[in-house]
Amino acid sequence: MADLQTQNYIRRSATTLTPPSVRNHEQEVAKLIDVTRCIGCKACQSACMEWNNLRPEVGHFEGAYENPGDLAPSVWTLMRFEEYENDVGNLEWLIRKDGCMHCEDPGCLKACPAPGAIVQYANGIVDFMSDACIGCGYCLKGCPFDIPRINPVDHKSYKCTLCSDRVGVGLEPACVKACPTGAIMFGSKSDMKDWAGERIEDLKSRGFENAGLYDPPGVGGTHVMYVLHHADKPGIYSGLPENPTISKLVQFWKGLIKPIAIAGIAFAAVTAFVHWITVGPNDVEQNDEDEADRLLKKAEGS
Amino acid sequence: MKYPKANIVRYPTVTRVNHWITAGCFVLLVLSGLAMFHPMLFFLTELFGGGQWARAAHPWIGTILLLSYGGMIVQFWRDELFTWDDLQWSKSIAKVIVNEEEGVPEAPRFNAGQKLVFWAMAFLVPALFFSGLLIWEVYFSSYTTIEQQRYAMLIHSLCAIAAILVWITHVYSGIWIRGSVSAMMHGHVTPGWAFRHHRKWFRSLVATGSRGPVPNPTSRTEHKS
Repeated sequence: MADLQTQNYIRRSATTLTPPSVRNHEQEVAKLIDVTRCIGCKACQSACMEWNNLRPEVGHFEGAYENPGDLAPSVWTLMRFEEYENDVGNLEWLIRKDGCMHCEDPGCLKACPAPGAIVQYANGIVDFMSDACIGCGYCLKGCPFDIPRINPVDHKSYKCTLCSDRVGVGLEPACVKACPTGAIMFGSKSDMKDWAGERIEDLKSRGFENAGLYDPPGVGGTHVMYVLHHADKPGIYSGLPENPTISKLVQFWKGLIKPIAIAGIAFAAVTAFVHWITVGPNDVEQNDEDEADRLLKKAEGS
Repeated sequence: MKYPKANIVRYPTVTRVNHWITAGCFVLLVLSGLAMFHPMLFFLTELFGGGQWARAAHPWIGTILLLSYGGMIVQFWRDELFTWDDLQWSKSIAKVIVNEEEGVPEAPRFNAGQKLVFWAMAFLVPALFFSGLLIWEVYFSSYTTIEQQRYAMLIHSLCAIAAILVWITHVYSGIWIRGSVSAMMHGHVTPGWAFRHHRKWFRSLVATGSRGPVPNPTSRTEHKS
């Protein structure tokens, strides 16, 4: 939402030109969500609402701890609660803070048809530029995590900005600031990976042998990463995708067929023109009129 | 509408109005659709008042096109049915392309090429409409899964490209065969035009004393037998 300098864009939706690329020394940032430390207090949700001035409509109790029930145009982050029964029959309460993963290779940006409606900054943050958004919903089809939501009132797509406006002036995202247990960390991506490494070692030493970092390579890694106690089964965390990638259908639609279609259409038009200047129009000749006249007269006579 | 006395009616007024509603919708759909298909053509959205307007208008125009093309089908389907003669005509396509008239079988009201265009669109227009319905974000996005919408998106794009290619063929044929555009604009052709391009149709009109666009019904069965 906050437009940082345009020289900071490393990717821009629906653009065939190379974005400004001389500033290439910026550090990539990442948010690290340590699911194993989360207590489900929803302070991050409140902080997100507060900083971003979001006030989703108060809904109804649906028999679950999720509140509200799903991500929405004005719900950019959401604690998802899962009651998981592990191998030895114990209950594990898995709480995952859901929201935009800020993919290194963002599917939303790839699918977006509106120039500059989705950008990625050099620091890795993927941001929606609402003034350019046309409300087509292509970003929903591009996203492997089911994150963006279209607001039916203004027909714009919304999602977590990773508080790009805060990050741009050297602050951490609001959710990070609010987290009381240190389950949400923010810093350079390499620092966050180092930190996660230490934490995972600790978890392994305490019996979580499959503890690991969720930084899925299928989308080039993400700028929001999770530490999971069961990194071998991300699906148990309220359907976190096993190996997220941009759908093949979207890749085909936004990749190969775009140039082929335009070339095909241009070829058809050029072929028609070449025919026009080489073969030329098919005109009715006097002979045709005479023959037709003869047939008409003959019919009248009979 | 009054037609010149010596001329033959090819397309009655209802048909022409129907055709140009269809054509207008199609052109608007191509412009707004291509704008959302390729970044280099996004500027076309300005013709509609910007991206939001192009996105909002496109499906409504598509709905009108579906209804309008339905009208075309109702009016034309009888004369668009394929026959074995179409195969013979198709075999001489090499001659047709270079304006060679000798040895090309006589064509009925519509030749095999025109029939192909008609039926291609009769397939593509509904395919575009129904795949488009799935990706009509505002009203219908909640009825399908995102994966289904991805398929719809791809099908919609592929069908649109096919339809544009068919449309280019259709438009150029109209320009190439002089008198066709005028026939669709004003409804009538000269007897010579009918004789040259659709001789079988012309013969059937002459035989039944019809001024077009179809042979007089009483004599129609007689002509067939």
